[in-house]
Amino acid sequence: MGIFLDGIWQAFYLLVTLDPEVLRITLLSLQISGSATLISMLLGISSGAAVALAEFPGKRVVISLINTGMGLPPVVVGLFVTMFLWRNGPFGFLEILYTPVAMVIAQAVIAVPIVTGITIAAMQNLPPNLRLQILSLGATRIQMVWILMKEARLPLLAAVMAGFGGVISEVGASIMVGGNIKGFTRVLTTATVMETGKGNFELAIALGIILLLLAFLITGVLTIIQQREKRR
Amino acid sequence: MDCNRKITAFLIVAMALLAGSWGASPAAAQKVKSVILATTTSTQDTGLLDVLIPIFEKKTGFMVKTIAVGSGQAMAMGRKGEADVLLVHSPDDEKAFMKAGFGARRRLVMHNDFIIVGPAADPAKIKGTKKSADALKKIAKSESLFVSRGDNSGTHAKEKNLWKAAAVKAEGQKWYQQTGLGMGQTLAVAAEKKGYTLADRGTYLALKKKLGLDILVEGDAKLLNIYHVIELIGKNFPKVNVAGGTAFADFMVAKETQKIIKTFGVEKFGSPLFFPDAGKRVESLGK
Repeated sequence: MGIFLDGIWQAFYLLVTLDPEVLRITLLSLQISGSATLISMLLGISSGAAVALAEFPGKRVVISLINTGMGLPPVVVGLFVTMFLWRNGPFGFLEILYTPVAMVIAQAVIAVPIVTGITIAAMQNLPPNLRLQILSLGATRIQMVWILMKEARLPLLAAVMAGFGGVISEVGASIMVGGNIKGFTRVLTTATVMETGKGNFELAIALGIILLLLAFLITGVLTIIQQREKRR
Repeated sequence: MDCNRKITAFLIVAMALLAGSWGASPAAAQKVKSVILATTTSTQDTGLLDVLIPIFEKKTGFMVKTIAVGSGQAMAMGRKGEADVLLVHSPDDEKAFMKAGFGARRRLVMHNDFIIVGPAADPAKIKGTKKSADALKKIAKSESLFVSRGDNSGTHAKEKNLWKAAAVKAEGQKWYQQTGLGMGQTLAVAAEKKGYTLADRGTYLALKKKLGLDILVEGDAKLLNIYHVIELIGKNFPKVNVAGGTAFADFMVAKETQKIIKTFGVEKFGSPLFFPDAGKRVESLGK
């Protein structure tokens, strides 16, 4: 238990003294995972809405594939993204392996199916007659989709939170495509793994606690927006 | 509608902040030419690279991307041209690597030694055994738990050699477990399960106070742990940064660097973690 208490104390200390190294990796975590979440939000909500609202053959297969994708193992994603980005791989000319950009790509690949899957469920959960009502009031198709999305905004916010939670806590892909390079691609999760390997358990716990605080802060803001709406 | 506006406002702020952050710091570093150093976990876990790399970067202007994996994986990256320079400790594999024509030059950097560590209770009674092979035979005979890296790292390669020398087939035995993890974590597993393991002295010393494992066998000439730096040949892979790799290799064997290696860890652990060897012959080590 001593180590755990030391870890809490150290987290507190690092935060209060604004330790530059910890501050940097915390901001980088936020930057990378935030960007990946935004990308996954744009791609996931639009494609999720499209799949939910359109009727096409094989729709169930597509949905079950997306639902499987919600559980994509980050290490597998990391492995594939690494192989694509290798210098001598198909996208090697981009020279982005072991950079923050590569981490955003890998994390977006992880988050897109999560956001898409929850979006589909949210849109399909709307009352089926709502669409007809909106259309009969003279709305165009695009207006209808927009209104439906607004109607489903609470679960859609949940989708975004799930996506963010999935990537900010992810380590397997980040360490593979980012490389945990000091001052460049080291984020909270990869630093935690490294410090554990070094035997600096207190520091590892401290980083873990900072990670939890960060996740709590971001999802907290989203939750406040979400719940305030619900009360009305 | 108030809520929608709030969500929109939140998104706009988030996007603006993120866009700003990408414009600012780390992406700018990409302009600098980078050197990919594939190395073993022990050089990172001991903290040696944290000391050396900033000096190198300041001196040469290259940015080093350290990818800390096992020696086996580091050489696999070298074979694919996905690294510019290797710092590894798996001599037999390195020789094969050079023979196959992947490396341009292989230079001796430093050494320390491997040790067999285990619980103080020492169920196999190996403490003080002079020969590592005898110690392993005793572990096998008493069927005491042995925790192996099992990850094709330099340490794992060394361990396999030692089992071979002891004429024991350990793999597949009930008392032989493979973690597939780095040295630090494998030591933690061995400590937790009260098992024996083979470790490099550097990582062991760096972690010693958390572990509760004792050094039981040391000093056997077979237990030397030798690090080489290998530059890659550019003609196989045009994208390899030969200049950067050579600069790093030169840096590792330079006098000032060797001096830093010599004193690294003395303050913190009471004894050096590595012994600099640049320019020496491998055969002369440990004598």
